[in-house]
Amino acid sequence: MGAVLIGALVVLAVVLGRQTTPDDLIAVLPSADGHTGSVVVERDGERTLLDKTYAASRSGEPGAGWLTDQEVRESFATALAAVPVRPAFFLLYFETATDQLTEESKGQLSQMFAEITRRPSPDILVIGHTDRVGNDEENDRLSRMRAERVKGDLVAQGIPANRILASGRGEREPIVPTADGVDEPRNRRVEINVR
Amino acid sequence: MRWFFTVAALLFAALAQANDVGQIKNLTGTVHVERDGQRLAAKPGMGVRQADVLVTGSDSSVGVTFLDNSLLSLGPSSTLAIDHYSFDSTTHVGRFDSSLKRGTLAGVSGRIVKQSPEAMRVRTPSSVMAVRGTDFVVRVGADAQ
Repeated sequence: MGAVLIGALVVLAVVLGRQTTPDDLIAVLPSADGHTGSVVVERDGERTLLDKTYAASRSGEPGAGWLTDQEVRESFATALAAVPVRPAFFLLYFETATDQLTEESKGQLSQMFAEITRRPSPDILVIGHTDRVGNDEENDRLSRMRAERVKGDLVAQGIPANRILASGRGEREPIVPTADGVDEPRNRRVEINVR
Repeated sequence: MRWFFTVAALLFAALAQANDVGQIKNLTGTVHVERDGQRLAAKPGMGVRQADVLVTGSDSSVGVTFLDNSLLSLGPSSTLAIDHYSFDSTTHVGRFDSSLKRGTLAGVSGRIVKQSPEAMRVRTPSSVMAVRGTDFVVRVGADAQ
């Protein structure tokens, strides 16, 4: 009799446990660039690697399974439609020792402006850099001037200034590593992250 | 006296921005942010901070972009807690932990994961997922949406 009662209580506890922990589902999707990464799911002390597109892990099912097209449509359509516009990146280059854009980079401004205006609530990071001509102090100042110049151009086109964060990194982060004093055009740049 | 409040408000705005770890980019329907015991109506452009809880109503959704360019969005009737967020914009070292309590989540990993694989984690009531650089979806509850 005692054993039956304990058995009944164990069954009840399992049923209640199921009710209080909702089912869950985790799955890998293809990236916008077509490449598939991976996630590791830890569940009930077991680690499962999901490294294929639509590979899925579900509560109550050990190991990896698959996400169905129907689940993508029925469960995730709204969440997927709400993923923000992907961040965009631009590199603009400058004439030596100035905050004047090269002719080629001037031509990129309209594309950058379009990326900003297609976002309902944009924020923009502008980071200026220099080549290794001149001393550190001058280059810190020049890198900030370049970033501020790009910010000023965007503000002049109607982007609110409080949406743009401009800063300078001087000659610390060259794209092309060079000896000090080398006039390397690819390092005279601002990096812009539109998001 | 009025100038004092203006200055205080400006200072507060500056501080608030310094604490932001992400920004609400888009939303539909009714979305709230629970912060310091308060329930704030979310709107595009609003900052998101560590310890915030994002809550969407039925027929609602929200999309957030974080400092490291990782993206998270919620479908209807969803609750997501931002448990921890740290990111060094120079070294890209950071950690991003969140918990989906109910509903649906779609995510895209960012610079934190590029620098340190598995440094972005999403918890559900019964599992922990570590992201190694990918797009992913999570659902808690069978009848979400």
